[in-house]
Amino acid sequence: MKELAMTLPARLLLKGRQRLSGNLLLQTLLVIFITFVMFGPLLNLLIWTVAESWYFPHTLPNQWGLKYWYQVFSPYSDVSSSLLTSIFIAILSVVVCLLIAIPAGYALSRRGMPFRVLFMLLFLIPQAFPNLTVYMNIARIFYQWGLNGTIAGVVLVHSVHGLMYAVWICVAAFSSVDPLQARASRNLGAGPIFTFWHIILPQASPGIIAAGIFVFLESLDEFTGTFFVGAPEITTLPLLLYNASMSGNYQISSITALILLVPSILFMLVINKFMRPEMLSKMGK
Amino acid sequence: MRLSLKYLLLVSPAALMIVVLFLYPLGFSLISAFTSKTQQFTLEHFSKVLTLYSNDILFTVLIVLISVALLAVISITLSAVITLSPCKPVVRALAFLYRLPLFIPFIVAAQMMRTFLAKNGLMNNMLVATDWVTPMDTVSWLGWKGIIITFVWKQLAFATLLICGAMASLEQAQILAARNLGASRPRILFGIILPQVMPAIGVALVLSTVVMMSVLSVPLMIGTGSPTMLTVDMAFRVNSYGDYAVANALGVISLMICGALSWFYLRHSLRQKGGE
Repeated sequence: MKELAMTLPARLLLKGRQRLSGNLLLQTLLVIFITFVMFGPLLNLLIWTVAESWYFPHTLPNQWGLKYWYQVFSPYSDVSSSLLTSIFIAILSVVVCLLIAIPAGYALSRRGMPFRVLFMLLFLIPQAFPNLTVYMNIARIFYQWGLNGTIAGVVLVHSVHGLMYAVWICVAAFSSVDPLQARASRNLGAGPIFTFWHIILPQASPGIIAAGIFVFLESLDEFTGTFFVGAPEITTLPLLLYNASMSGNYQISSITALILLVPSILFMLVINKFMRPEMLSKMGK
Repeated sequence: MRLSLKYLLLVSPAALMIVVLFLYPLGFSLISAFTSKTQQFTLEHFSKVLTLYSNDILFTVLIVLISVALLAVISITLSAVITLSPCKPVVRALAFLYRLPLFIPFIVAAQMMRTFLAKNGLMNNMLVATDWVTPMDTVSWLGWKGIIITFVWKQLAFATLLICGAMASLEQAQILAARNLGASRPRILFGIILPQVMPAIGVALVLSTVVMMSVLSVPLMIGTGSPTMLTVDMAFRVNSYGDYAVANALGVISLMICGALSWFYLRHSLRQKGGE
């Protein structure tokens, strides 16, 4: 009896160790699989940007070179002009979004705000509906208003898309401002506007900058809305990518995709430092 | 002026923008789907949709269901390994890898997959290099398989982020207690962690469904024509015929598909809460 009691834990330990090493093998395989899945498409994109010709059955391009890079960055190419259009539209969208979202975010972060939950829900609605239907009808309404195919129309569409993120991030930014400092400033005789500019806004600025970057990226990457409202007069980078890819020019479309890809990955890496998954866990509760 | 009135004034531009540029077009689409040219109530647009596009509706539903199921399995597996694995390098590597596609736009993902999954893409070439298939047996993965792969690839980051976050914010004491009582890791996962993170999984999957139902670039660039997803049909209807009524009827159907999934999720989570 005693002997059995002695060997049972030992046997269990041995079994446990075997299972652990089996698990470790499975986990390593999982890491390798995910690495392949995540980097495979990226690698393929990178190869296409420096491939001059690549066709079946060649495993790798049969001619490498930077010919298409010169083409893309020549001053007369479509890419540089649509890159400028894209950046111009993105900056305008950021300005429009922040002008609207900063006051809204400030008001929504106050306790005296009436119907607070209702307004927060209103800014969530665009996430809950498939937005293609909406873009289609915006295009129809803009057609009547003469905004179709104009920069202003595209900026408006991008701003609506970015607005909900901007408002939510701004609410979070203003909520984290220390209320005692604002009260102290008012007690010392500063007016409400002076207090807002000099006490509240500087403290909320990291969040506001984050919101701005986010809106900028969203606008840079937006395809569906521009497809309906902007095309064919306005060509942003995603539209150019789409047209190049559909006409089979994979080099140009891959280089364009790379231009769009770099800021997205950089932003992910930067935000990775500040963003802990625990922060997002409040969603869904 | 009263303070609350001031706050309402500050919010009004943003609220107005959402109402005019989101709710108004949304309402517009609902009305236009149900009215005939003579401004009367009609269901003729829907009967036209059913005769022309019933295959595409089925195709869309299948694509979304398969993608959501795959997404659930893979993101839960990843989150579970990240939460429970004792091996720190594995956790760190996975935590970095899964986030990569988080901000990559769908159009870039579509372009990458268009080359990666093609007959001469890197995926087939790697399979050939490992001698699993011969060059002549390779098939193009574009089409419905490609659409699913792209959706899962892109949404994996978002879904895993939400689910992993929910798992990380659970009380560690519960997991430790279960382990002390001799529960194995799979047992801890299915008995303790999963029931508590169900709401996060539900939200991640419902939001991913909405995203999949509104992406135009992926089915356009990866799909092979017919059958195709409802988003492509809508764009085609508008751009080629200017036929907003039928396009809006399709939009209502895609809303209904999303609504059905959200309803399923809500009912499930409410029933769980009622049972507690």
